[in-house]
Amino acid sequence: MAHSARRDSPELPDFSILKRLARDQLIYLLEQQHEVDKLYKVEHKPVISTSDQLCFLIRPRIQTVKWICDVVNADKVPGKSRRYKIIFTPQKFYACEAVLEEQGIFGDVTIDEWPFYLLPLDDDIISLELPEFFQDNFLAGDQRWVRTAGSALHLLYSLYGPFSKVYGIGRCSKMAYESWREQVEEGEQKARQAEIGNVFLIDRDVDFVTPLCSQVVYEGLVDDIFRIKCGCVEFGPDVTSSDKSVKVMLNSQDKVFSEIRNEHFSNVFGFLSQKARNLQTAYDKRRGMDIKQMKAFVSEELKGLKQEHRLLSLHIGASESIMKKKTKQDFQELLKTEHLLLEGFEIRECISYIEEHINRQVSMVESLRLLCLLSITENGLLPKDYRSLKAQYLQSYGVDHLLTFSNLRQLGLLVEQQPGETLTVMESKVGKLVNDKTAGKLTDAFSSLAKKSNFRALSRKLNLVPKMDEEYDLRVPRDMAYIFSGAYIPLSCKLIEQVLERDGWMGLEEVTRLLNGHEFAVTVDSKGKNDTQRIILVMFLGGCTYSEISALRFLGREKGYKFIVVTTAITNSSRLLEALLGNHV
Amino acid sequence: MAFITASWNPLGDAFYRKTELYEMSWSLRDGLRDSLVAAAPYGGPIALLREPQRRSPSSRPQLEIYSASGGAFASFPWKSGPVVQLGWTVSDELLCIQEDGTVLIYDLFGSFKRHFSMGQEVVQSQVLEAKVFHSPYGTGIAIVTSSSRFTLATNIDDLKLRRLPEVPGLQGKPSCWVVLTQDRQTKVLLSNGPELFILDNTSCTVVCPSGLSPQDGSIVHMSVSFSYKYLALLTDTGHLWTGLSTLQEKLSEVDTKKTTVPKQMLWCRRPKSQQPSVVLMWDRLLLVVGVCNETIQYPIEDPCVLVGEMDGVRIISSSNQELLQEVPLVCQDIFKIASMAPGALLLEAHREYEKSSQKADEYLREIKEQSMLGEAVRQCVEAAGHEYDTNTQKSLMRAASFGKCFLTDFSPDQFVTTCRELRVLNAVRDSSVGLPLTHTQFKQLTLQVLIDRLVYRQFYPLAIEICRYLKIPDYQGVSRVLKHWASCKVQQKDLTDDAIARAVCVKVGDSPGVSYSDIAAKAYECGRAELAIKLLDFEARSGEQVPLLLKMKRSQLALSKAVESGDTDLVYTVVSYLKNEMNRGDFFMTLRNQPVALSLYRQFCKLQEQETLKDLYNQDDDHQELANYYVTASYREKRLEGRLSLLQSAVDEYNKAKNEFAVKATEDEMRLLRFQRKLDDEKGAGLLGLSLQVTMETLLSLGLHKQAEQLYKDFRVPDKRYWWLKLKSLAEKEEWDELEKFSKSKKSPIGYLAFVEVCIKCNNKYEAKKYVSKVTPEQKVKAHLAVGDLEGAADAAIERRNEAEMGAVLSRCSPSNSLVIERLNRARAAIAKNFDSIHTQAPHLDRRTSCCCPFTIKASVCSIAGVIL
Repeated sequence: MAHSARRDSPELPDFSILKRLARDQLIYLLEQQHEVDKLYKVEHKPVISTSDQLCFLIRPRIQTVKWICDVVNADKVPGKSRRYKIIFTPQKFYACEAVLEEQGIFGDVTIDEWPFYLLPLDDDIISLELPEFFQDNFLAGDQRWVRTAGSALHLLYSLYGPFSKVYGIGRCSKMAYESWREQVEEGEQKARQAEIGNVFLIDRDVDFVTPLCSQVVYEGLVDDIFRIKCGCVEFGPDVTSSDKSVKVMLNSQDKVFSEIRNEHFSNVFGFLSQKARNLQTAYDKRRGMDIKQMKAFVSEELKGLKQEHRLLSLHIGASESIMKKKTKQDFQELLKTEHLLLEGFEIRECISYIEEHINRQVSMVESLRLLCLLSITENGLLPKDYRSLKAQYLQSYGVDHLLTFSNLRQLGLLVEQQPGETLTVMESKVGKLVNDKTAGKLTDAFSSLAKKSNFRALSRKLNLVPKMDEEYDLRVPRDMAYIFSGAYIPLSCKLIEQVLERDGWMGLEEVTRLLNGHEFAVTVDSKGKNDTQRIILVMFLGGCTYSEISALRFLGREKGYKFIVVTTAITNSSRLLEALLGNHV
Repeated sequence: MAFITASWNPLGDAFYRKTELYEMSWSLRDGLRDSLVAAAPYGGPIALLREPQRRSPSSRPQLEIYSASGGAFASFPWKSGPVVQLGWTVSDELLCIQEDGTVLIYDLFGSFKRHFSMGQEVVQSQVLEAKVFHSPYGTGIAIVTSSSRFTLATNIDDLKLRRLPEVPGLQGKPSCWVVLTQDRQTKVLLSNGPELFILDNTSCTVVCPSGLSPQDGSIVHMSVSFSYKYLALLTDTGHLWTGLSTLQEKLSEVDTKKTTVPKQMLWCRRPKSQQPSVVLMWDRLLLVVGVCNETIQYPIEDPCVLVGEMDGVRIISSSNQELLQEVPLVCQDIFKIASMAPGALLLEAHREYEKSSQKADEYLREIKEQSMLGEAVRQCVEAAGHEYDTNTQKSLMRAASFGKCFLTDFSPDQFVTTCRELRVLNAVRDSSVGLPLTHTQFKQLTLQVLIDRLVYRQFYPLAIEICRYLKIPDYQGVSRVLKHWASCKVQQKDLTDDAIARAVCVKVGDSPGVSYSDIAAKAYECGRAELAIKLLDFEARSGEQVPLLLKMKRSQLALSKAVESGDTDLVYTVVSYLKNEMNRGDFFMTLRNQPVALSLYRQFCKLQEQETLKDLYNQDDDHQELANYYVTASYREKRLEGRLSLLQSAVDEYNKAKNEFAVKATEDEMRLLRFQRKLDDEKGAGLLGLSLQVTMETLLSLGLHKQAEQLYKDFRVPDKRYWWLKLKSLAEKEEWDELEKFSKSKKSPIGYLAFVEVCIKCNNKYEAKKYVSKVTPEQKVKAHLAVGDLEGAADAAIERRNEAEMGAVLSRCSPSNSLVIERLNRARAAIAKNFDSIHTQAPHLDRRTSCCCPFTIKASVCSIAGVIL
């Protein structure tokens, strides 16, 4: 893609050790320690099994623990006695034990922990697979996962550290950083060759705009439409053009995918057709071969070609399916509206577009997404619009979304403009209570309520929306904006670029003020090697999108960095908003 | 050095020696007469209870505790019942076994720790005799009662009483008995008249030691060795039988020619000894009987007490203390008269060297010729370890050091270690400390335990000195000592809280591994809460402070510390503790001041305790959240009445929260629910719970236009929404006439392009065309394109002179539409002349459209796929 790519990028560390570690631990835990012979998914339904021991491997979620309580209590009715074992991963929470105790089955179960933190999804993506992190931390203010994030960072540190510098922005990032520092101080330090140079921690609530935009890079599109789960996607019959669904791992092992994942969708077809033609040529070589050559061909090339053929036809199928869904007029209009919102032009038309979107019940989540995007980019809605849009939304999708709106307001995603009012009601109420040093902490806790998005000002300061005096060639991208058709450079990635360039937050004071502060830059270990300095671990607390990963990969190629993305979970607009829907709590 | 061997006595091939350890620093008025004495092995403390049988309350017996050198630790009058036996545990605690079976435990300084009983049965029948024994499981106690029954406890820290089976024919106590530990089982060996029994958990067996003939008489005394491996039996005819404690094998049988029963009989053997022996003590005589049939006799003047050690026997009298032991082999080698062992030669060589005599060289040469210099050094170093006299130690070490100079590849480790260990041993042997450990005992005891014992005796400076000197890691060494010191310091009643806190802080500083919270816990245990809080302030990890704060009922402080620690589990622990401790109101107030804890608790309540959640919001007057709570609850409620009343509560709360919008929305919902219920009853439409939009949709699809209309008016549904809805609904039901009528009912608020598109979607081009003419000029092109009328689209575009629209039409043209293409191209050319003006009008929109339409790519996917599929 980018021809200006620097050739001297350092090599990524090998993360497969994490996978091997996790697998060995799991096998040991299940087979050796608990003699598990069959695996089932934990669901809320009666367990039909004659086995005298049930072993549950779960996340420490109260809901799941309650299901298990039901299973145990159901066994108690006919007087069946079994042994129950609950393995919490990555750790147990006291609240879960409290539930077991309240339900009177604490004595019936034994509890274990499996400290599994990191799942490498690809060479450069590691996920904590904690989608609830976002909701728990940012919506409910429940900080239980912060320590988990700190522990995950510590695990990476002890395997691939020591890190030279740690940068970060956001309250949660700071807490995760502190938790990690604590663990470093408690543990023993081993001198080893660093494989990761710098670390950048960022909270999802620093940048809500990026995950709310429609993704148009191939990998992001696939996630938006087919939903990638743990790096694996299920392509339905419309893609495979047979009556079966196929599960495909999407990572750098897939040679076709790895070449198109970061491409703007408009380039994907060109690439695929070129690839198809190459493949045909390779096949065509068969003609006119003698027996010996044919034998060599079959033994050496054919298998690779067959494999490539299979993948190619899958991705062509997926692309066709995406085309069918997206090339409708609606999608272009939608993109146009999004871009106008990002630029801040013709807002009234955008509002009427959104209104129509709601009225026609195009999609519950999409409408919400546009509303949020409107609110963030405009620093809140005018009271009149706020009411009418909400009323229409409730008419379309039911009054239970009052709770959804309450959640969105709390996160600052969909708010009413309040001219002249600096403190929110909650904050002034809190202010009365506070007269000592905890004041800072309290206001912090409610900062999301008072938070203004300040997107417009940020966009100007950081030049997020490129000037439009010339045509943007998506085949040869100039900057990270290509992931949004050249309309917007993701704020999160821009911050990373700027901080790395300046080696800190110097000169970004205005920006951090607009982002509500909580930025930090700490030198941990000053004697790092030059090459590893360019391997940068970016940790997203609250999830990141595939588009952001693509943008970072682009940035890496341009500047000779290698980025490793660690995230609490892969997210996109639908996942983000579904977590905030109020009607299923 | 002939004088060293002066105190040696030969016994078979071996030598025995008596070394004086201390002049006892105690001053006992009546000596050791009439006293119950217990001295612990490994140079442990000595407990004395004078005249234990004296019972008059006016003169209580005195219990005294001394160090091994006679330094007083404690002395207090004995106020409890008559004591049968005293003993020491492995951790230097004093056990006092009373007649009624109660065992009282005191620490080294005479403070009472706890007590337990040896069983209910003992209370009725007294304890006649008791023995304290040590096994791998800890310290045990065995008693025999006046009903001739034995009871055993193998480990007093994990008390499990075992009552052993009855012994046939036994009246009162047996003539003698010992506790054996064999094969992980504890047994009692006892003799009653001519018979010998082994008692274990289940049975009582008569045994006969191999090689002991019945003519030798009945057994009156027995003794088992330190390691439980050997047994000695003394008969009333004075025969001493020695053998393995399994009774399977005899070592020897010696006739002592003494028919009186000795006061004490103990094994005296060092590990790997060639010549073990048994020491017997009568009033005036100490007899060492070797298995080789020889004996050594020592007269004694004072009453003495023998203490068995692993490598000898300590003899404690009222004036001094001696160690009787077999001379270690290496010492024999070096000091035996005319010994030619390499070590002896080296010692001699060094002595000559000191005298600046050339003989030194001769001796050295002699050793070197046999290439035994290394061995010589090793012997000297080892022997130094076994010597008690510091001068002898020095001369041996100097000789070793001298010999080492002539060796090249000799590892100095052993030399250095021995030097260090000797220094430590000499320090603890000092009479002021009073731990007369031999090197062998020290090795067995380990350094860790030695330091523990020093700490236990409150020799903190010495313990720290030793830790530093031996370079023990802080964690196990200095820090541990400091922790004990601090725990002891906080108990000093004569100092103020401030003074103690300061002293502790100065000494402990931030030594790794010392937990201030542990020290504070100790202070709290001693009833000094204020001091505990002061100490807690020094604790760096806030999480550590929490448990103690909770215990001290400083719950508010505990909560804020927990929050500070960032450990949510800890926060939750405190919260659930507070929940049980406080009344509701206070609990909620506390939470209110801690937002982190509050949100954590809310999360929990949301899933587990809905009612509490409500109370929580109520307490806070958080009407908004309370209303939200009611709305959520209403969706869980199945009955309509219940749901309505919950929604009404929500309305009330929203009103209080001044959220008019929500009030209106909720009221609308209630109205809608009632309406739906009515229609469900009347028509069975199945509407309950649907959103307004879906309700109208359903009504329209059921053909209930009037009711839909009513909703449209009642709920002030925007015209646009209603039109869209009706349009779609009619088209789906293919009621084209109805649709046409509807379109003409008034001017469409959603324009007419929508009509065209919806008709096309329903595959009715004919109907769609009807509405094309009504479309606004801006949308004309789109409308024409939608119905597939290229010419119409071209006309419209040309009329509007819009280049982008023309482009859009062109992109839809296939080569067969050459006429249209031509017309369009011509029109575009004409516009191109006025290009500038148009371009400036909408420059950015142009660019946007070009990059907004990335998907209108001509490459047909199917054709690509066709290549390979």
